Amino acid sequence: MAKMTLDQLRALRAQKQEELEKRNVEGKDIQVIVGMGTCGIAAGAKQTFDAIVAALEKHNMAGKVVIRQTGCMGLCYVEPTVEVVMPDMPPVIYGKMTSDVAEELVVKHLVEHSLLDSHIFDRPAIDIVKH
Amino acid sequence: MHFTIGDFVLDVVQNSVEAGSHIIEVEIDEAQDGVHARIADDGCGMGSEERERALDPLRNSGAKHPGRKVGLGLPFIRQAVEQAEGSFSLKSEKGKGTEVRFFFPASNIDSPPVGDVVSLFVALLSMAGTREMKLRRTRARDGLSYEVKKSELVEAAGDLSSASSLSLVRQFLASQEEG
Repeated sequence: MAKMTLDQLRALRAQKQEELEKRNVEGKDIQVIVGMGTCGIAAGAKQTFDAIVAALEKHNMAGKVVIRQTGCMGLCYVEPTVEVVMPDMPPVIYGKMTSDVAEELVVKHLVEHSLLDSHIFDRPAIDIVKH
Repeated sequence: MHFTIGDFVLDVVQNSVEAGSHIIEVEIDEAQDGVHARIADDGCGMGSEERERALDPLRNSGAKHPGRKVGLGLPFIRQAVEQAEGSFSLKSEKGKGTEVRFFFPASNIDSPPVGDVVSLFVALLSMAGTREMKLRRTRARDGLSYEVKKSELVEAAGDLSSASSLSLVRQFLASQEEG
């Protein structure tokens, strides 16, 4: 692959015009926040971040999602941690979100609007989580 | 413990972002003698006492996480560098910024691998709150050399908190890395 120029990058962006229309942060209603403190990085948060971006692209969700990073969320023992905030779903912090479960997160939570019960470590209240 | 040199870099840059930096410079140079990394920011910086505390894993200021004295980012790097007989330096001035440099010699078996640089740069660029990032990358064995600026990428690919923009930037960076 030859080195891409910034002009080629602009052209590629234009090709994805349909997604672009949804690109303004204000217009996006799903937020995925990955914990990237020392604890997260040591547990593979960088790979998780990558895997989430790839899975969003694969399931045509990339244009609808804002993906962010944060520092330690205080759940170092279950890193990598990922928080998902979206309409009609409780905000959830998932733990042990290694890259191999990233796609499952995207499919279940973002596409199918259901929870990955076994990975929930904070919020929603314990009584609404099935065991 | 971190696995790649990229993990160490990501950890330090997280500190730079939290220090309120406007410009962060990152350099990764795979030279013949080993890997040189440099992270410089114009954030709040540290005085001599803070600088000393930043290198002590159990004597953190507690400013970032109230009630917690553990701070492992820089101590991890220093430990890994010492194991691999490399070098580490931390320069910081209150109100001006911080520069961290470290080197892992290619000749030492304990030196960690560089890791996936594209992945590292994508993670760095997606960090919120910093206006400008200059990422420089060189590799002696094939003469690879490129520099990217966050502002230019944002202008070309759109807001980097968007997963779709990040995918485009990933493609762009992958082409730089191979070219």
